[in-house]
Amino acid sequence: MSGELKKTSEGDAVVPALDFGRAWEYAPSPEATDHVHIAPRQELFIGGRWVAPRSGKYFDTSSPSTEEKLAEVAEADERDVDDAVQAARRAYDRYWSKMRGGERAKYLFRIARAIQEKSRELAIVESMDGGKPIKESRDVDLPLAAAHFFYHAGWADKLDYAFQGRAWRSLGVAGQIIPWNFPLLMAAWKLAPALACGNVVVLKPAETTPLTALLLARIIEEAELPPGVVNVVTGAGATGAALAAHAGVDKVAFTGSTDVGKRIQRAVAGTKKKLTLELGGKAANVVFADAPLDQAIEGIINGIYFNQGHVCCAGSRLLVEESVHDLVVRKLEDRIATLRVGDPLDKNTDVGAINSKMQLEKIRELVAAGEEEGAERHTAPCALPTKGYFFAPTFFTGVAQSSRIAREEIFGPVLSVMTFRTPDEAIEKANNTMYGLSAGIWTDKGAKIFWMAQRLKAGVVWGNTYNKFDPSSPFGGYKESGFGREGGRQGLLAYTELA
Amino acid sequence: MSTRRTTTERLGIHAAQANAPHESRAVTHAGAAEVEGFDPGARVTVNKAYKMYVGGAFIRSESGRYFQSRGASVAGSADPDVVNVPRGSRKDARDAVLAAKNAGDGWAARTAYNRGQILYRLAEVMESRRDELATSLERGGQDAEQAAREVEGAIDRAVYYAGFCDKYQALVASLNPVAGPHFGFSWPEPMGVVAVVAPERPALLGLLSTVLPLIAGGNTCVVVAGSEDPRTAVVWCECLATSDLPGGVVNLLTGQASEMAPHLAKHREVVAMDVWSADADLRAAAEREGSGNVKRVRTHGHDETERLPSDAGQGLGFIERFLETKTVWHPVGV
Repeated sequence: MSGELKKTSEGDAVVPALDFGRAWEYAPSPEATDHVHIAPRQELFIGGRWVAPRSGKYFDTSSPSTEEKLAEVAEADERDVDDAVQAARRAYDRYWSKMRGGERAKYLFRIARAIQEKSRELAIVESMDGGKPIKESRDVDLPLAAAHFFYHAGWADKLDYAFQGRAWRSLGVAGQIIPWNFPLLMAAWKLAPALACGNVVVLKPAETTPLTALLLARIIEEAELPPGVVNVVTGAGATGAALAAHAGVDKVAFTGSTDVGKRIQRAVAGTKKKLTLELGGKAANVVFADAPLDQAIEGIINGIYFNQGHVCCAGSRLLVEESVHDLVVRKLEDRIATLRVGDPLDKNTDVGAINSKMQLEKIRELVAAGEEEGAERHTAPCALPTKGYFFAPTFFTGVAQSSRIAREEIFGPVLSVMTFRTPDEAIEKANNTMYGLSAGIWTDKGAKIFWMAQRLKAGVVWGNTYNKFDPSSPFGGYKESGFGREGGRQGLLAYTELA
Repeated sequence: MSTRRTTTERLGIHAAQANAPHESRAVTHAGAAEVEGFDPGARVTVNKAYKMYVGGAFIRSESGRYFQSRGASVAGSADPDVVNVPRGSRKDARDAVLAAKNAGDGWAARTAYNRGQILYRLAEVMESRRDELATSLERGGQDAEQAAREVEGAIDRAVYYAGFCDKYQALVASLNPVAGPHFGFSWPEPMGVVAVVAPERPALLGLLSTVLPLIAGGNTCVVVAGSEDPRTAVVWCECLATSDLPGGVVNLLTGQASEMAPHLAKHREVVAMDVWSADADLRAAAEREGSGNVKRVRTHGHDETERLPSDAGQGLGFIERFLETKTVWHPVGV
């Protein structure tokens, strides 16, 4: 053990635990919801019309923070999916594939503008239906969703430049299945490039968070897109499976778990369907001793506790250079004590509700596994609301690489801390995963960032920052985190066929 | 040698039976064969043993199995009309993946300029062996003119990709104008080990058209050669072996694609697969089995194979489809 480490270990005198007393208590500051009306019954959006499901079945969507029902939502079965695919095909043949790119662009610009105009309503519904803090839905999800439409709108009439002179064509009907962690933003990531490249869409939102996708369908209706260009079919896994398996679908795009992604890949094998997958992650966030540690702490916190850790690119494995391990742990303990967990609609809330009971149980199971496997648990000393699904920000130290909490995607506010001594060891450990979506590097040395970035098997590498997104910046994974990119020029490849 | 294999399999009797018996000697009278004009004083030619190319070495199948490749007679060629070619096994495929994996980091770390020079060296070696390559293609069924044209096309394709090794990055990378105080950019990286089921025809140009863009992009590969003219694939590997290409960057197996390809599709170290000249069942099997590690599987129908000899058979797209995009962000500030 080095002398420096010893000094830090003894060093509660050097870095004492912070005592905030009552200084960190805030008065509640809830976002008003009185102007938001959620229709009690939500229908399917097919062929430009709102239609009841053929089965007549509806399922409830509820708020994970209050456990109260928000609305009942149509459950689409194979017949509804077939209706939607046929409506999309007609719209492709009659309208969308025949339009000039510049005209398609203007529809996308309209959608971007309408999202901005309705952003407060959308942010509130997003936080109610999904549980994410209003400051994140308001400041991250909504601006990015609008930006994705605005960005891709501009591509629609410039695609001849996008592929170095290669001839391109649109694919036809895209079946898009999106997750519950960024419901509206993922809809935007999927719809905007597909539509810009001249495809039509059948979108299947996640069953726990369908409401903002349906509000987006309303925006699309109000923007007067030709009927059938965008169709939204709500439902659970069976609806998604029916969509991916439908013979009339030319392209399947899926964001979600690696398990389901593999099932979809098997399902489309032997067909002519194009496929892109954006799957799970277990990102390494690597902190060197020479890093600006206070900035790094903020990056670690943002990396794992942003959106309750329901982020496929979450920095869920913290690799700390051994000499600063104790100091980093000390600072992390202080920092998670200041995170405010609770009402997603409160503007002060840092960590909102876990998206569903099922997800909460999965997080609890993995945390229990971490404790059983001998890792040391550190949990924020915060009071949790009595109703709703909440989990206090947590991290584990003394985690073995073989531990479940180091290998499996927890998809919750739980961080696993491990150490390394040399940059080579950091690379070895960082890449020791089946996933490869993202990674973080914290160091004062530019050359070290590039050396690391070249060797990390990950699609997105954040140097001295974390969890940054932009429509102009390609996002997507290596290895079992999926294939294809979303965003940037590279993202257009997912929705075009090149000669 | 594995004891699980039956004696007949081990001895390759299945494979031999699949080929018609050798009939080049006419029977003149009962019980004896005669060769017309046999000169007891003439020099006896040295026949080449055709082997697979794995990890930079020419090897037989670990299984000891073989199949017989029958070719047309070519005037002036020392090669016999019928030769024994290794019938690669699943174990051979695994060994080849290991060789490709081990070569991967070193190949990807070469400078783009260096990769380009090695591919150009390959073109030089092929040019000096064009007669040998053409003769092999003739033996594989091409007429002399077709064979010469295909060899020229193949050499030119090597030159084409030699010059692409340090260009594609600028064409597919991007500076991302992100909305915030960050510097963001994306660059292409090789995927890793790519398994290729090579086109049957054109035996040489098809092989180069599928393999060269992969290695130009920094990948390493395991290639299952077409079974109609495996000899030409082996002769080409002799060019690879003498062109400064590090061993293991291209590994070539001979035998049956239907036997090895599904196994390669299941292999977790194989990150991508490019399937040509396979029937619909084999293509679907590769796509299905590839899902085990979210493999990037590309399959190609007959029409795409037909286009390989033309200018449509080369280009940036052939490189780009087996590249990953890595995006890097860094704050900007003082």
